[in-house]
Amino acid sequence: MTDSALSAASPAPAVEAAGIHKHFGSTQALRGVDLSLQPGRCLGLVGRNGAGKSTLVSILSGIYAADAGQVRFDGSPAPPLGAPGEWRRRIATVFQHSMVVPGLTVAENVFLGHHPGRGGLVDWRRMREQARQIMADWGFHLDVSQPCASLSVEQRQIVEIARALAAGTRCLLLDEPTAALERAAVQRLFARVRQLVSSGVAVLYISHHLEEVFEICQDAAVIRDGQLVLTAPITELSTERMVAAMVGASPRGPVVTGPAAKPEPVSQGGLVVDHVSVRAPRGSLRHVSLEVRPGERVGVTGLLSAGVSTLARVVAGTEPYESGEVRLDGRRLAPGRRDLALRAGVGYIPEDRQAEGFVSLLGVAENGTMSIVDWLARRLGWLRPRARAAAMAPLARTLSIVSSGLGQPVGELSGGNQQKVTVARAIARRPRLIVAIAPTRGVDVASKSLLLAELAAVTAESGAGLLLATDELSDLDICDRVVVLVRGEIFTEFRAPPFGREALIAATEGLARGDSARPDSDSNGSGQSGPADSDGQGPA
Amino acid sequence: MTDISERSRAEVEAVLQGRSRRTAAFSLVREASLIPVLVVLIVVGTLVNSAFLTVSNFSGIGQQVSALGVTVVGESLILLIGGMDLSLEGTYGLAPTAAAWLMVPALAFGSGAMLSPYLAIVILLAVGAAIGLVNGLLIVKGRLNGFIVTLGMTIVLAGLQQGIVKGNTLFNLPAAFNYLGAKEYGQVPVSLIVTAVIFLAAGLFLRYHRVGRAIYAVGGNSEAARAAGIKVDRIRIGVYVVGSVLAALGGLMEAGRVSAVTGTQGYQEGIIFAVFAAAVIGGVSLRGGRGNMVGAASGVVLLGLVQNILDLSQVSNYWIEAVDGAVILFALLLARIIGGEAAAE
Repeated sequence: MTDSALSAASPAPAVEAAGIHKHFGSTQALRGVDLSLQPGRCLGLVGRNGAGKSTLVSILSGIYAADAGQVRFDGSPAPPLGAPGEWRRRIATVFQHSMVVPGLTVAENVFLGHHPGRGGLVDWRRMREQARQIMADWGFHLDVSQPCASLSVEQRQIVEIARALAAGTRCLLLDEPTAALERAAVQRLFARVRQLVSSGVAVLYISHHLEEVFEICQDAAVIRDGQLVLTAPITELSTERMVAAMVGASPRGPVVTGPAAKPEPVSQGGLVVDHVSVRAPRGSLRHVSLEVRPGERVGVTGLLSAGVSTLARVVAGTEPYESGEVRLDGRRLAPGRRDLALRAGVGYIPEDRQAEGFVSLLGVAENGTMSIVDWLARRLGWLRPRARAAAMAPLARTLSIVSSGLGQPVGELSGGNQQKVTVARAIARRPRLIVAIAPTRGVDVASKSLLLAELAAVTAESGAGLLLATDELSDLDICDRVVVLVRGEIFTEFRAPPFGREALIAATEGLARGDSARPDSDSNGSGQSGPADSDGQGPA
Repeated sequence: MTDISERSRAEVEAVLQGRSRRTAAFSLVREASLIPVLVVLIVVGTLVNSAFLTVSNFSGIGQQVSALGVTVVGESLILLIGGMDLSLEGTYGLAPTAAAWLMVPALAFGSGAMLSPYLAIVILLAVGAAIGLVNGLLIVKGRLNGFIVTLGMTIVLAGLQQGIVKGNTLFNLPAAFNYLGAKEYGQVPVSLIVTAVIFLAAGLFLRYHRVGRAIYAVGGNSEAARAAGIKVDRIRIGVYVVGSVLAALGGLMEAGRVSAVTGTQGYQEGIIFAVFAAAVIGGVSLRGGRGNMVGAASGVVLLGLVQNILDLSQVSNYWIEAVDGAVILFALLLARIIGGEAAAE
């Protein structure tokens, strides 16, 4: 809120924002933010969804103009908004969503907008040489003449960082750079950031993950309701203090909803995945067998390409399978038929909420009740908006969806609230099974615990099963058991919560198997390629 | 659950009350954003020619824009699901051509089959449905690009039309066939009533029917619609069929209005530009998922008024198309200014 001790420490900060105000319509997004970035330091910026992080990033990168306040680079005022080239020379932003042009080569993307050359002609050889030089200088291993379409998310990020460095920028904004990365890639990213910082680059690191901030940042700032409420060197901070600052009330530990009462082995039924195989771009599956009994919460985890999300999508019906069978309560689910799976009782929280979670132009109520229109419709399919609102209101209340009204387009909501609408859509139909893929990705700490608690509560109350596919290990705390996939096969299983973080990580890498608490009829242990856990109880 | 969620709950309750009325009023203003422009046009028309502000002129305008209006409903539905159909003008020409050919005597260049006009109308609608089905299957199941499929289809349909009429004009249409396009009650043309009813029905359907809402969902984000259990492919194909049937109906109105079918009806008149222009001026997004029937209807009325004023202002026939096109481009710009960023994209 006030000038921190930091800005006084060094005379010319690389970036300095003073008294920034910004409003959108009636929403005051930022109210007097003072922030400064020092060369050779990494400042972690954390805050809940909707706290103002993205707005601040947009203002610092010259996308929006502030209503009041000033941005200064190296002590001199920022260029006007209409001069993006000038901004890029001073500050570069790596956004959550990749900003590389897939059809162009790495070198072209690095020099996008100012290719080396004379008189409008592109000097291809020089461009490639310079791009190669930048890659070599910073120790990035990337062939500069390959098209960006073939790159992984991590490699595209490298291209964006290289682009920033090519423009001579000494100041970098990283907006949730780890959201789409695997663990090993995150470690490599951290190494790169450390290298940049030690060479004198100023970095603003925005993240939902406090542990990341503690790992690579020298300073941290917490933003809440458009104000910086805490700015301090990282050594003076604790997780509790930061969470408290984010939430604005007494801190509450992450997810306290432990596993519910052991689900009795209720009759027959639930989900049976029986030797399912499929080749899929998100990771293939080979003879995967799995059961989720009613009321049981089963986590599935693994590396990015291990088939974790494929398995969930197959069960939800958004991805077909080639062989094997998926059954719910004894009835076969047709491959790739989401509409039939929904009617059979499978609720679905997709991985990419922008792509599959909601229709951004439509309202909160309409999105949340999209899965139950056949219930709400009267004769001949006519539908009253009021019926939608009435069905949505209780869901919005339990999930604490913050919107200006149930008719507000979901595209206007913050990320966390968008995710809650997606969850509402999944649970509105009182499903027999909820399939959730990375439901807390990109969601702030407080909303995260709320979402997980709600999923746990819904399954406990309704007796629905939960199939939770995630690489966010803390999500697995609500699960009764965890299945680990390695290269499309069930590698091992953990049956006794709490699940140790190290053990899980080792298992996802295929290094060590799960706990030995393996009751009943496991015929072939934790199986190499065979079905790890088909108890042979077929449907009646 | 916790103090946090308690607080948010209070917030939710607070905003739930009395907010929906404001958004409703706001959306109505947006939907009716072209009304000031229409008023200006009427004033201009009155100044240009004293014959403008008369019942008979407006009745004529109504009859003229009806065929266009019905086709615009069809195109708007297709645009709403995120598609596009250039071949509606082909359907608009071929469907009445085929029906009339089966109906009129050989002397009037028909086939001599002498079908009853009622059966001919059924065939006309069936031709529309068949064209829409082929388009829909090629685009949705065949995963082909809608632009090129319907462009190719336009050429095919126009060619069939030429092949049937062979440069002649099919005339001598029975009264029952002309009824929709030519009949008037008092000074009110039947075609105008039917078109108004179709606009109203489509508007209500889009707003209050689950399939109508599904159309918005599919156009706004087809993957999200699929994940919510909507049968996306079926809706998209269905909309292509309905759109083509409406274009065929528009063609029937036009044929009835002039009491003949020529080889130029549809494709050679180039009506598809007016169809797209009316929809886009009315705020139906070319990207899908955004737009409504109030807007589309005002777009149609606007084009009708412009055409009529140009006719009455004695612009030379040789220049009238250039002026017409320029005015439409200007109207697009105006619609964007009034409708904001979202409009006219």
